Amino acid sequence: MSRTPLALIIFHWLFALFMLAPLAVVVLVSFTDKGYVALPFDGASLRWYRALLDAKDFIDSFKLSLGLGVLAATASVILAVPAAMAIAWHRFPGRDAMLGLLMSPMMVPPIVLGIALLRLFTHLGATGTIWSLAAAHTVIVLPYVLRLVIAAATGYDQTLSQAAISLGASPLTVFRRIELPQLLPGIAGGWIIAFITSFDELTMSLFVSGVGTSTLPVRMYNHIANTIDPLLASISSVLIVLTLLLMVVMDRAFGIDRVLGGKA
Amino acid sequence: MNRAPYWLAGPGVVAALALVALPLAMTFALSFQPFSSSGGVGPGFTVENYVQVATDDYYLTIFLRTFKLALFVTAVAVLIGVPEAYVLSRLSPGMRALSLVIVLGPLLISVVVRTLGWSILFGNTGIINTILLASGLVSAPIRLMFSFTGMAIALVHVLVPFMVLSVWASLQKLDPATEQAAESLGAGPVTIMTRIVLPQVLPGVLSGGLIVFALAASAFATPAIIGGRRLKVVPTTIYDEFLSNLNWPLGAALSLILLVIVLTVSLGANKYLERRFSQVFQ
Amino acid sequence: MAFLDLQNLGKAYGELVAVADFNLAVAKGEFICLLGPSGCGKTTILQMIAGFVTPTKGRILLDGAEISDVRPSKRGLGIMFQSYALFPHMTVAANVAFGLEMRGIPAQERAARVGEALELVQLGHLAERYPRQLSGGQRQRVALARALVIRPPVLLLDEPMGALDAQLREGMQIELRAIQRKVGITTIMVTHDQAEAMTLADRVVLMNKGTVEQVAAPFEMYEHPNGRFTSTFLGKANVFAGAVSGEDVMVGSMRLPMGQASASGDVDYIVRPEKLNFSISSALVRGRVAVRIFLGQHWLYQIETALGLLQLTEPNIGPPGAAEGDEVGLTWSPEHVRVVGRGAAS
Repeated sequence: MSRTPLALIIFHWLFALFMLAPLAVVVLVSFTDKGYVALPFDGASLRWYRALLDAKDFIDSFKLSLGLGVLAATASVILAVPAAMAIAWHRFPGRDAMLGLLMSPMMVPPIVLGIALLRLFTHLGATGTIWSLAAAHTVIVLPYVLRLVIAAATGYDQTLSQAAISLGASPLTVFRRIELPQLLPGIAGGWIIAFITSFDELTMSLFVSGVGTSTLPVRMYNHIANTIDPLLASISSVLIVLTLLLMVVMDRAFGIDRVLGGKA
Repeated sequence: MNRAPYWLAGPGVVAALALVALPLAMTFALSFQPFSSSGGVGPGFTVENYVQVATDDYYLTIFLRTFKLALFVTAVAVLIGVPEAYVLSRLSPGMRALSLVIVLGPLLISVVVRTLGWSILFGNTGIINTILLASGLVSAPIRLMFSFTGMAIALVHVLVPFMVLSVWASLQKLDPATEQAAESLGAGPVTIMTRIVLPQVLPGVLSGGLIVFALAASAFATPAIIGGRRLKVVPTTIYDEFLSNLNWPLGAALSLILLVIVLTVSLGANKYLERRFSQVFQ
Repeated sequence: MAFLDLQNLGKAYGELVAVADFNLAVAKGEFICLLGPSGCGKTTILQMIAGFVTPTKGRILLDGAEISDVRPSKRGLGIMFQSYALFPHMTVAANVAFGLEMRGIPAQERAARVGEALELVQLGHLAERYPRQLSGGQRQRVALARALVIRPPVLLLDEPMGALDAQLREGMQIELRAIQRKVGITTIMVTHDQAEAMTLADRVVLMNKGTVEQVAAPFEMYEHPNGRFTSTFLGKANVFAGAVSGEDVMVGSMRLPMGQASASGDVDYIVRPEKLNFSISSALVRGRVAVRIFLGQHWLYQIETALGLLQLTEPNIGPPGAAEGDEVGLTWSPEHVRVVGRGAAS
């Protein structure tokens, strides 16, 4: 068909409205001057953003989630890159099983993983520690990194490595000077997806984090359980804006559809 | 034999074994342990937990509700996700980039934030009801918060991007010349859609449907916030058993049943898809 | 003594024999073409010389020393890959310098040698460009410079002209030959293009299904093919099955002359299209022109005769000798006939 029917275009914008509505509402509510959530409201105010600055608990959780995200993303990259190279460039017995195992965290419902890890950490006496949290997050974001780096490695022209070898390069040099630079876009995209996934992760973290190690989503969830507070709206708005900025950066660096394609 | 791949993949494999395989095995074992409200988790072996889940109406209702919800959400996701993916593929690059951000961007935002938005929109004095009442479409506010419909709507919002992505990937592989060929041979728009486009896109729809179903059945935050205490699904029940009732063995049994069902559906359907659509899948 | 000596080289993948017993002694400075259809084993041999494929049997000796067990990164051979394999994230100069870097050559000397190599391929002015900014022909030259700058004892080329269009290819072939002669480097090139092999090679090694059909200089192989396969792979040929009868060959019920009586029994009777002429009076065979094609430098005719479909080519130096549909007579000189025992070479 040469022209997209009008009905479909209207449908498209309704769809877009549907996708944006909850987020828009959250941002709107964050500007209320009341102490509770109600729409519409008459007076706009920044009181809930000012309140953010004093919300030490939430700020601590934000910092924790940030650090945890960096840690989990970095650790998963370190584990995933060599594994991706092995899987993409070699045929060996057990390859499919290994791939399945490494991708398995994606197949298991987060709640099941959460209680399973809680069981493990209780047995080890390591519940609620930052290290168990970091380990759990690393393994849960690993599949995302792995998938993106395998895609990059599969697209890599292996005759480049052969050319470098024929010119005298050792395997380590070939990796450092030829393979790594070519894989870097996939690795960087994977790191970002891993970071975002870790930062946003809720369900598993509910079981694995402890009192002193509440991630931001966990703290927000527990807060909602009590009441829907405009403070949550202002926190959420900040997160939305930060994510938007991150998307702009990602688009400039890699092209947005490349990275988003790795999320699903 | 080249040992390099084993060294390269080794650390990752060890991590996955230690943090996925081992804990799941331990949970499996846990599900066979007895539990009493006075003594807690005891030693020994029993299938009491599984029996309880299989026979108690309470749990059966919850399982039914969970899969009914998952099926409903999947159906709606297909209904609105497929046309949306189609429109996306026909937009100009500028519009497409913007639309992708709108449709896929929410995936990057925590489910807590997204569900918070829905809980504000729902509610008797929430925006949706305000609009509906004001426009005269209803005479009394619709109960959306703590309702099945509300849960479904919010879940569709969270999960439809996965459907759009999956169908869109299928559309990318579609040769637009096939549509033109059909048009040149006299086919009208509906025929082109149903006889040319849809069949080629079917694998994407089915695999997207699988993903949405599995994620919907496993969803925790959205049913917890929107469904509340009254409308329990399997994941929220697991949470209750584990962290409120402290009945870990029962929670473990529920988890394993959920895991087995989700895995069977995903893997089983994947095998079917691969067999049936091997040429289209490439 | 041979400079590069390949002895009893073989490669099998389980049941599949990619290369049967391969022997070749290459003289220093010689340009060898491994020619043959896909799957004949020519690329496998090149990869065994380079070290990327391990032979299942045989030895490789370079200047007297055995290199069969030496790792590819230590063999020091210059390789030009089919896809060129230029490092996309490095400039042309950095690409060419890479091999020198690996040898620990100091920066100043590197720069000088890189400059030299780029001058040799006439790309000095593009040193700071990136591969994606170059045309196909330019990329090929960079790949050549990169392989030559390390002053390897042997240059290996894997179908280097495959990605170039016809016009460019001819020019590159001539240039490559000139560079090879100038530098004097022993060269082994793999190609499936017989015209290319004839242009470039001192000797052609024609292969089919893992075995060697014939090894000879281009002219020799063209004029004296050793069998049906060779005669039809290298150039075009009219080939008929027949049997020697006295001083002639019987093809069907026709008696055809042959030159030296070099074979007996069942034979393949081979005569090239350019050796045929139109003749009215002394025709050996008669027929009707089915197809006539103009090819610039010559005319190609397909003529239906009692022997079968004959091909004739005629240089474009005057009006064409016949038109489609004409009844014609064909003749050729017995010296231009090649007769090979069937079963000797396939």
